[in-house]
Amino acid sequence: MGFFIETLIGGLMAGMLYSLVALGFVLIFKASGVFNFAQGAMVLFAALAMARFSSWANAALGGDSLFLANLIAFVGAGMVMFIVAWVIERLVLRNLVNQEGATLLMATLGITYVLEGVGQTLFGSEIYNIDVGMPKDPVIMFESLFEGGILINKEDFIAALIAAILVGVLTLFFQKTPIGRALRAVADDHQAALSIGIPLNRIWVIVWCVAGVVALVAGIIWGSKLGVQFSLATVAMRALPVVILGGLTSVPGAIVGGLIIGVGEKLSEVYLGPYVGGGIEIWFAYMLALVFLLFRPQGLFGEKIIDRV
Amino acid sequence: MIYRENGQFKTSYTADQQIFTIAQDKIFVLAVIAFAFIGIPFLVDEYLFRAILIPFLILALAALGVNLLVGYCGQITLGAGAFMAIGAYAAYNFFIRIDGMPLIVALLLGGLSSAGMGILFGIPSLRVRGLYLAVATLAAQFFCDWAFLRIQWFTNNSSSGSVSVSNLNVMGWSIESPVEKYLFCLTFLVVFALIAKNLTRAIIGRQWMAIRDMDVAAEVIGIRPMYAKLSAFAVSSFFVGVAGGLWGFVHLGSWEPAAFSVDRSFQLLFMVIIGGLGSILGSFFGAAFIVILPIFLNQFLPALGSFFGIAISTAAVSHAELIIFGSLIVFFLIVEPHGLARLWSIAKEKLRLWPFPH
Amino acid sequence: MKFRSLALAASIAAIGLTSTVATTSAHAQAKEQFFPVIVYRTGAYAANGGPWANGYVDYLKLVNAKGGINGVKLSFEECETGYATDRGVECYERLKGKGATVFQPLSTGITFALTEKAPVDKIPLITAGYGRSESQNGAVFSWNFPLLGTYWVGADVAIQHIGKLAGGLDKLNGKKIALVYHDSPYGKEPIPALQERAKMHGFELQLLPVAHPGVEQKATWLQIRQSKPDNVLLWGWGVMNSTALKEAQATGYPREKMIGIWWAGAEPDVKDVGAGAKGYSALTLQHGAEPGSKVAKDVLELVHAKGQGTGPKEEVGSVLYMRGLISAMLGVEGVRKAQERYGKGKVMTGEQTRWGLENLNLEQKTLDGMGFAGVMRPVQTSCLDHMGSSWVRVHTWDGAKWGFSSDWYQSDEKVLRPMVMLASGKYAEEKKITPRTPEQCKQ
Repeated sequence: MGFFIETLIGGLMAGMLYSLVALGFVLIFKASGVFNFAQGAMVLFAALAMARFSSWANAALGGDSLFLANLIAFVGAGMVMFIVAWVIERLVLRNLVNQEGATLLMATLGITYVLEGVGQTLFGSEIYNIDVGMPKDPVIMFESLFEGGILINKEDFIAALIAAILVGVLTLFFQKTPIGRALRAVADDHQAALSIGIPLNRIWVIVWCVAGVVALVAGIIWGSKLGVQFSLATVAMRALPVVILGGLTSVPGAIVGGLIIGVGEKLSEVYLGPYVGGGIEIWFAYMLALVFLLFRPQGLFGEKIIDRV
Repeated sequence: MIYRENGQFKTSYTADQQIFTIAQDKIFVLAVIAFAFIGIPFLVDEYLFRAILIPFLILALAALGVNLLVGYCGQITLGAGAFMAIGAYAAYNFFIRIDGMPLIVALLLGGLSSAGMGILFGIPSLRVRGLYLAVATLAAQFFCDWAFLRIQWFTNNSSSGSVSVSNLNVMGWSIESPVEKYLFCLTFLVVFALIAKNLTRAIIGRQWMAIRDMDVAAEVIGIRPMYAKLSAFAVSSFFVGVAGGLWGFVHLGSWEPAAFSVDRSFQLLFMVIIGGLGSILGSFFGAAFIVILPIFLNQFLPALGSFFGIAISTAAVSHAELIIFGSLIVFFLIVEPHGLARLWSIAKEKLRLWPFPH
Repeated sequence: MKFRSLALAASIAAIGLTSTVATTSAHAQAKEQFFPVIVYRTGAYAANGGPWANGYVDYLKLVNAKGGINGVKLSFEECETGYATDRGVECYERLKGKGATVFQPLSTGITFALTEKAPVDKIPLITAGYGRSESQNGAVFSWNFPLLGTYWVGADVAIQHIGKLAGGLDKLNGKKIALVYHDSPYGKEPIPALQERAKMHGFELQLLPVAHPGVEQKATWLQIRQSKPDNVLLWGWGVMNSTALKEAQATGYPREKMIGIWWAGAEPDVKDVGAGAKGYSALTLQHGAEPGSKVAKDVLELVHAKGQGTGPKEEVGSVLYMRGLISAMLGVEGVRKAQERYGKGKVMTGEQTRWGLENLNLEQKTLDGMGFAGVMRPVQTSCLDHMGSSWVRVHTWDGAKWGFSSDWYQSDEKVLRPMVMLASGKYAEEKKITPRTPEQCKQ
């Protein structure tokens, strides 16, 4: 029983991290109708910028204050992500308005290659470290209740907490601020938003920026967990089932989807895996999402697709 | 001037419905095929055969299959690599487990197995659409990656999970040298391209296009979406599966599931979209672009560097290759969202009027 | 419209340039021994591929700085694969036309693909510490040289080491050993050898695959926490290794009980885990981190000091750098041996190099003379044994550097030899190869 709960908690925390990446997908899809495959590359790019700036700032400051160095790096990486968003909007999106979904998807894959190339050119392709002071050792709780206790990974716990806070902030941002309202208007109907004077291009830059910041936070958390290297971009592959399960257009969907996928894949790997040789979690996540889609083709919280002839 | 159709009158329906209604087109295409069969074997060296032409032909065949599904039937798939894998491993099993199994039959049986799995994984398309479907097809991709790694029977219990074939021959004609491999793949490609072209002109292709343009409307006028969609999945998977068999048997000779990873699926979708959705010719353009460009950049950039007296490190070259490759993809999508095939047809339109455009 | 014509022009120009490049790459052949260098400096495994490639190239430069092989200078060209098999095949085709001496792909996947191609083109394939384990049998695999050790050797020695720590191999009875492996031919190679040992000593083997690239291992380590194996064998590459160590730390699995293969025992694997990896041991392919060795100093003095170093100076002597350097050395020595038979001061073909590699005999004295004192033990190959040596040591990470923590081991030929013969026999049967007889070997 204790082990089951432990797996469950592990799954929930992993799921929260998936949500964080999925959130980036959802934000961009909502506002610009682009299924942004480059989200994984953005996570990598942001994390690379953060890791390198942090070490450079630390060296420049003489290694006294890691916190200050990280702060400078965070601001710097945030600015880098702003430039990335601006360039993407300027050079790519603006020229591809009204294209089909598949074309836009391919364009973002093109952006992925560019980001991977530029990122490695600017920042190098070794493994870098992001040290934001995350605790690495586990704690064991409820030892009196279960044999062996329940192991909780402090780092994952903090990461999940940060993810939850970020989601809360984003929800507030969307609901309460004028920019958030404009964003929602654009998401509902581009042309109607344009006709009441919402500057579409600026909104897109903002959305890509927000997605960039989300990628930065995701990059810091994943990077601190795994080390910053090329494979960080593949976390996007783990977040895809989350996005379709929750619905492409729904922020809460990304959270709930993340939790379902996280728990589903950990439980399946631990309890089902040994019978079939293991390594099943990645396809299990996709199959799980597929099963949900068969019942709700637009995802759990997605807008219903209505076809008219 | 040369490309004029004046005076070519069609006097029967058969003449009007030919694949190439303009005589120059027909001559041109036949000339290209003849050149590919007769001319190229004398002109090209081993490197071009093994590293560029053979992969190009095989991936063009796969792209053709993907184009039938994505371009003609409108179902985006990111799982094409999985069907290549199914084709390759099924052909492998038919080839080694049944004594005296002819190579071509094994490849076609591999294609058929892939078609069967295609129908199975196509079932969700009846309910799930668009980008949701695209992501859902990744389930097939990851499942197949896993299955071929884990289920030992598929790999003939090889301890490492890597399989290999050799001694390929068709009715006593042994396929060993690069020229023979090239001709073998070329024959496959030409036959399958002809089949594809005819399928898209026939009732089944028209049904696919109706589904692509609007499935609800198509249903209203009496097209069965289940039949149309699943047949598209089956035919597409068949093509892709045969291509997978060729990739394993002829190009690599020895392979593991990583040869058909998700990157391969993306690559195939790229070919179709860069080349032109819903165009047979586009599949060839797309395959040529995606196969040749990275290799070209990889060799051209150091050459360019040394021309200016700069030695570029291998890492920098690969990074530059990624950047240029990505930028060119975005560039082409912006310039011509309908793909290279569209550029080709624009050129043809121009040529019609040339040299007197007004 | 402007855009379109531009695009057209660009594509036409590209086609034109392709043909020029294709023709220029065809010549450029001289009286130099050409070493193709297949590398990956980008992609998911770049952090590990980079040092290896730098060591490889630096050694070739060092040989040139010392005057070449009996006066024959070496030339080389890198080709980037990104660890992808099809790019590796392309590189092979590209470089083989330039008179390639020997290929060393540093990827199990590419090795499998090239194993089919090398015999046709008559180019030997050195896979020092990786590749097909059964290719040790040179009678069947004439062109493969898994020098210094195969994965089966690694698996065998790992069990010996665990047995020794437990106080004897008989103490392994009833124990549980988990293998956390990269889910690819690379990771699956050791399984038969481990199963063989498990049968012999009665321990239980738990198999835990990790999907490429290995960044998601939470479920794997939850299973380890549940089953509490006595030891964990780590068979990863690239980021999978450091992730495994971090997850072990996060689930509280003692690093002292973890043993990695030699591809999981280098600086990039542990550096960013730092103190968290303290106590973690890994096998070594004879050498460990050897910044103090004479050959490393030679490289610094004769190559780096002249500004010709391939990578950063600090990297010289690190584990993977040394692996690349030794791999290059083995290739160079193969050529040197071949020159003894086919004419000193001549450029050797692939076929002649193959003979050299098959009759390699690097005595301790020779090795010491080349600057490998304390780094390597003798290597002697033969027709039936393309591996040449199976000496392995274990080194342990103390939080800042690797240090040797065991004596020399050798794999148990009694266990492995029958397996090699069986597997290579199966391969020969499949491929309809007649194994070379001892007489044919002598030619």
